[in-house]
Amino acid sequence: MDKRKEELIFQGLMIASALIVIGSLVFVLAVVVLKGLPALNLAMLTQTPKGGYYLGGEGGILNAITGSLCLAGGATVLALLLSLPIALFLQVYSGKSRFSEFARLSLDVLWGVPSIVYGAFGFTIMVFLRVRASLLGGVMALTLLELPIMSRALEEVISMVPLELKESAYALGATRLETAMRVVVRQCLPGILTAILLAFGRGIGDAASVLFTAGYTDSLPSSLFRPVASLPLAVFFQLATPFPEVQQRAYASALVLTIIVLLISLGCRLIGGRFTAHVIR
Amino acid sequence: MLTRSLKDRLASRLMFLVTFSSSLIVFLIALALYARARPILTAKPLGELIFSSSWHPLKGEFGFYPFILGTLWVTALAMIISIPLSLLTAIYLAEYASARVRGVVKPLIDLLAGIPSVVYGLWGVLAVVPLIRDYVAPLMGRSLGFIPLFSAENLTGYSVLAGSIVLALMVFPIIISVAEEVFRSVPDGLREASLALGATRWQMVKHVVIRKALPGVVAAIVLGFSRAFGETMAVLMVVGNVAMIPSSIFDPAYPLTALIANNYGEMMSIPLYDSALLGAGLFLLLMVLCFNIMARIILRRVLREEW
Amino acid sequence: MANPHISVHNLNVFYRDHHALKDLTVELPERQITAIIGPSGCGKTTFLKSLNRLVELVEGTKISGKVLVRGLDIYHSDVDVTEIRKRIGLLSQRPHPLPMSIYDNVAFGPRLHGLKGRQELDRTVEDHLRAAGLWDEVKDRLHAPASRLSAGQQQRLCLARGLAVEPEVLLGDEPTSALDPMSAQHIERRLLDLKENYTIVIVTHILRQARRLADYVIFLYLGELVEHGPAADFFNHPQEARTRAYIRGEF
Repeated sequence: MDKRKEELIFQGLMIASALIVIGSLVFVLAVVVLKGLPALNLAMLTQTPKGGYYLGGEGGILNAITGSLCLAGGATVLALLLSLPIALFLQVYSGKSRFSEFARLSLDVLWGVPSIVYGAFGFTIMVFLRVRASLLGGVMALTLLELPIMSRALEEVISMVPLELKESAYALGATRLETAMRVVVRQCLPGILTAILLAFGRGIGDAASVLFTAGYTDSLPSSLFRPVASLPLAVFFQLATPFPEVQQRAYASALVLTIIVLLISLGCRLIGGRFTAHVIR
Repeated sequence: MLTRSLKDRLASRLMFLVTFSSSLIVFLIALALYARARPILTAKPLGELIFSSSWHPLKGEFGFYPFILGTLWVTALAMIISIPLSLLTAIYLAEYASARVRGVVKPLIDLLAGIPSVVYGLWGVLAVVPLIRDYVAPLMGRSLGFIPLFSAENLTGYSVLAGSIVLALMVFPIIISVAEEVFRSVPDGLREASLALGATRWQMVKHVVIRKALPGVVAAIVLGFSRAFGETMAVLMVVGNVAMIPSSIFDPAYPLTALIANNYGEMMSIPLYDSALLGAGLFLLLMVLCFNIMARIILRRVLREEW
Repeated sequence: MANPHISVHNLNVFYRDHHALKDLTVELPERQITAIIGPSGCGKTTFLKSLNRLVELVEGTKISGKVLVRGLDIYHSDVDVTEIRKRIGLLSQRPHPLPMSIYDNVAFGPRLHGLKGRQELDRTVEDHLRAAGLWDEVKDRLHAPASRLSAGQQQRLCLARGLAVEPEVLLGDEPTSALDPMSAQHIERRLLDLKENYTIVIVTHILRQARRLADYVIFLYLGELVEHGPAADFFNHPQEARTRAYIRGEF
């Protein structure tokens, strides 16, 4: 084939592919917005399901919104408490040892574990501990899901800290711990916030891992040991009912979930430029 | 001053412990699933579990064959849709697009990665399923229906194809971002050397960039594959969930993940049922682990070598 | 030498396979400025960083030999490394203020080492900012982020920060190389003032700077100690052919 023709054909294919990829994103968002917006109203956001809600009665999905925030919030806090030591250990303490290679690989692999497996694993553990589906169970399953995401993101951020900055702290007689907590963490603050949001966004959107572990309820979250509702499952369950009114609410719930996720990812981008007053470039 | 260095050493131990135990989670999960799956694995020969199509938990028959095939059909078709589109997009972003275009497109693709799977599922139900039911299936059935792969006997739209399309979208961002990173890690010197010999841009990409980046591209595909393999909710919502062996892309299927999600936690009174489902989970996990370990090791080698 | 503050005996440093410092034995005089000179890649910075054990941070480093600071072997296993680094301050090549305010930068070290009282901290911060010649420029914005200062100001801030832990020795790794001439001069003047109270060791690749500042000179070449001695002797009557060549600018 003429090489110029080939060039043109492939360039066309590439641009077409990029357009299809972007177009499908727009398509997804458009469908969710167009279907969700008409069904969305204030009562949806401010009420819990009343009697007969799943037959088309009064009420809203406040239970799912608050439940999701609790689930993802709790999991994000736990994941941060675990990931920060991991990232600091891998970057500040251990460097390029065989152990850190192993730990990184193992966390990367954990990243790929399907969330349904987290759910099944979480449920197994809960059966073993005689805990029933609850906020606690959901938080634990989501923590497993968020842990690899967060620790990877944190590690990446921390690895960007210039060696000389760490040396400056060491040269003043700081220990590794003091350097890590007072200098590295401060320097990485914007990146840490981004990582937190990223993990939160992943946590709030996941359905399969909370399916067995968190259960579902019509009331607001009240205790660590009671079941909680969540937005992804609200979408799933309402869509599965045969009533059009309730299915409409599934669309609205999906829109709410999508808006939360989009706001979070917007937040990630904004943070890139904020909270950097002290950051040394 | 001893207390400060003591604190440092204590913190070091503690951090090591956290890191060590976190890196064991994967093994812990596998172990727990194995422990729970053992009853079924000892009660039935592995061959029967994998290759028998008779799924009658009440009668104690647990043949996973339809579900395994369901997973394979949906995943394979999703990859067939996704691989060319993702790779072409990645090449476009890495080699052709201006910084401005890249600055717009990459965040959008990141956005695609962040959308929850139920939202994809809902999209599938609202847009893809009707499209297949009303247009694609009748049209293809009429024109290509003589080929078994395209025969359209299922009229609901909930089908392998619907599941694959939804999955393909979910896999785009993974393959694109990993592949783009790999392409960009190819040293500029190689590009220039090839362009200097009078190659067109595409020839340069074809002969130099793709060849050099091949292992990384394979890794990107494998990562996407394993994501598709383990995805649950979105597929469950559009794939029909009929325990049959699909023979056409318009047939419904029942992937393993959907089987677990739909049935686990219920019907625990049926002997071995729970064990069988966790066995399915273990199977999923082991497959995904193999893929992931392979991909990560390749990626590590590729990206480190070039940077 | 009458009063060596630091004496180095048979110091060897390896980075993995690379033998970076080869069997150095030398003594550094108290309350004087010692300049370490030599072409780039000769081990100047490695030598400097081996004096406060920062070399250890590089992966795969092996060190043998002794570095005695007032008779204390800083590589001995009983020694608390943070204590050593407190006694030996470092001014690095480029200014690296910590990601916090000007005040907190200077207070960072004293706080680490247990200074708590507000008034004492205020006084320490002021004293050392004055000593570094930065006080007048920043006294009204002590709580502004250090990242907003100019490079020259940042380097003086780093000097103040280093002095605030009250070290006995001050190391400088080409401390003026990233600065404009005015700021560089400022730092040089500070160093000359400070040698009243501190033993100063600087690495420099600028011969004229070494002539201006140094009382004692050490010349390294490819990890070997070629020649060392009081500055006047060193520059006027170099013993070694390689030293003469280097001074004439033939490397």
